[in-house]
Amino acid sequence: MKTELLIAAGSISQIKAYIEAGASAVLIGDARFGARLPGSIAESELGEAVACAHALGAKAYIAAARLLRNHELPALPGYLRAVAEAGADAVVFGDPAVWMAAREAAPDMALHWNAEMTGTNSASASFWAKRGASRAVLARELNGEEIADFKRSVGFEVQVQVHGMTNIYYSQRNLLQSYMDYLGREASLMDLGPSEGRFLIESERPDERLPVYEDDSGTHVMSADDICLLEALPELLEAGVDSLYIEPLLKTEAYNVAVLRSYRQAIDAWHRDPGNFSFEEDWLDPIRELQDPGRELSFGFMYKEQVY
Amino acid sequence: MNGTAVHAAGTDAGQRRRYRLDRPELLAPAGNLEKLKFAVHYGADAVYIGGQSYGLRSNADNFSFEEMREGVEFAARYGAKVFVATNIYAHQEDLPGIADYLKQLESAGIAAIITADPAIVETAMTHAPGLEVHLSTQQSTMNWQAVKFWKEVGLPRVVLARETSMEEIREIKDRVDLELEVFIHGAMCSSVSGRCVLSNHFTDRDSNRGGCCQSCRWKYDLHQEHVPASDPGDHMFTMGSKDLCMIRHIPDLIEAGVDSFKIEGRMKSIHYVASVVSAYRQAIDAYMADPEGYALRPEWEEEIGKAANRPLNTGFFYSTPGASEHIYEPEEKPAPYDFAAIVRDYDPATGIAVVEQRSPFRPGTEIEFIGPGGRSFRQVAGPLADMDGASVDVARHPLQLLRIRTAEPVAPLDMMRKRIGTS
Repeated sequence: MKTELLIAAGSISQIKAYIEAGASAVLIGDARFGARLPGSIAESELGEAVACAHALGAKAYIAAARLLRNHELPALPGYLRAVAEAGADAVVFGDPAVWMAAREAAPDMALHWNAEMTGTNSASASFWAKRGASRAVLARELNGEEIADFKRSVGFEVQVQVHGMTNIYYSQRNLLQSYMDYLGREASLMDLGPSEGRFLIESERPDERLPVYEDDSGTHVMSADDICLLEALPELLEAGVDSLYIEPLLKTEAYNVAVLRSYRQAIDAWHRDPGNFSFEEDWLDPIRELQDPGRELSFGFMYKEQVY
Repeated sequence: MNGTAVHAAGTDAGQRRRYRLDRPELLAPAGNLEKLKFAVHYGADAVYIGGQSYGLRSNADNFSFEEMREGVEFAARYGAKVFVATNIYAHQEDLPGIADYLKQLESAGIAAIITADPAIVETAMTHAPGLEVHLSTQQSTMNWQAVKFWKEVGLPRVVLARETSMEEIREIKDRVDLELEVFIHGAMCSSVSGRCVLSNHFTDRDSNRGGCCQSCRWKYDLHQEHVPASDPGDHMFTMGSKDLCMIRHIPDLIEAGVDSFKIEGRMKSIHYVASVVSAYRQAIDAYMADPEGYALRPEWEEEIGKAANRPLNTGFFYSTPGASEHIYEPEEKPAPYDFAAIVRDYDPATGIAVVEQRSPFRPGTEIEFIGPGGRSFRQVAGPLADMDGASVDVARHPLQLLRIRTAEPVAPLDMMRKRIGTS
């Protein structure tokens, strides 16, 4: 089975563009239930979106990993039924409420467990696998050894983010709106949404720009660097990682297409002949060309040791 | 007499405080054995502590198993329970020792663990069935279906996310018959608990394993369209929240069906823990004794104010926090009262108390004695003597025992405090 190359998509045209560029799966959904999507695909459009992915030979997963409040629960069973009817390949969940609703409304639907920063070990993923999850999405704060050990310890799929920014702080407070109010400035939600020019700079780290935005689920702070694990792919592939995720948030479509093409070439090259795989600088160049010079390409936590 | 010896347990005051399920539990933090004793003596029905592993306060002076046993024994004399926070999100390397650790907690007499990681939940249920498993707020449980899920798993209690509103708590309680614990007082993550890795990114310290360096309270420049949103001279952006305080809303919490009222602060002082516990103890008892006639008493808020050092608010209970619930300006100030000494002994015949020094004072210092139940009086310190009877001009040595005449009777574990800036 060839390693999956997965990216989130916010519209049908993005689904097409990303699959043509090399994605073998897309993550889509209604922003009521999915967090930090590059665009919302409404319940009524899911059938068309999933069919589009399938027609191009790719899978379509539905993002529903937001933490939910009581008032959001009543719409959940209907949404999951629509997802099943649309023929989606899996639902990605974090909140146990989604698991509870899926058990009733879409009992045959495959489930991927994504607890964001808190999906840190194989035993907690196994807890969810026993309850039907067929894939665990790993926290971005794990290093290569931890990822390999995780995969060795389980019999289900694991997904690792290999490219793009990561969410490093999520609050249900409206922190930007609050600060604007404090300063006595007018601000609409549009002024506070995802935008290249909206970021935080910590006093002692003038060179790091942390994208920040607000939506109706709260405030999101993103990493100052973009993970790029292209050069580390052999380690992840040898470890048996099943799905490689590219985060498209706050990037142009052209950038995401370039990223997909490069990872596609690298993955294909490795699968053709793992023993003789060698990294080619050419794969990185198109990414570097489009990379925001204010954002470093980094290995994320791949080679880090953390303390506590 | 040593620093942690306590003689008040088993007294009448202690015997009256029974752990009962028909009233909400008051759950207090205890960063070490001495704080545990104070928390229990001042009215906590249960305390939560950290052990040497798997807890989120890697900087606290956490309990050894021996200290846990002593703490459990002390608490039992008051009918109180001891919980252990095992609230990290484990990494691969942390997994092998979990079962052994939990068995040790079980044999030390710990009543429950507070845990978020399903790996620890499952290990506890399998290997240490004598421990209750309470789902930590780090799991960010904020809806009734999720609570129902954890009930089906077999847990007796869920600590709700701090984002849950009073109305949502009521609905959860109506729909699911499970013990609910909520934070009612103390510092708060402004992020959804567990959903913050600022420390990991800034300092390579793993926040979900106890390495949090409170980066949310640092100062940031917010840029809009590539330029600063603030003008020069404006206070900078921060994510730091004011502290939670629900002393004015005890009836709402009880009527919503909250089973356990949790105070945050394993890193806080004895003085803080005892003062805050005492205030909430009195409020809960007053309500339970006479719900109809209940009225908030200003002394309770004053008592909290004497120990707290951050501005207070009601979090998400009544509305989503806004501009006035965050700390943009330098508002942190030291508590107006300082902890000066602990009463270790009292002789009613002579009216002389033996106190153990915690910060300097001298004859002439304005002091206040407080005890459980809101008992308090003020006086000016008279002459001081050491245990050999020699006169002392300034009580300057930490833990030194001193004799002092008190204006009213006091009891062991009463606290003596002084106004800041007087000594």
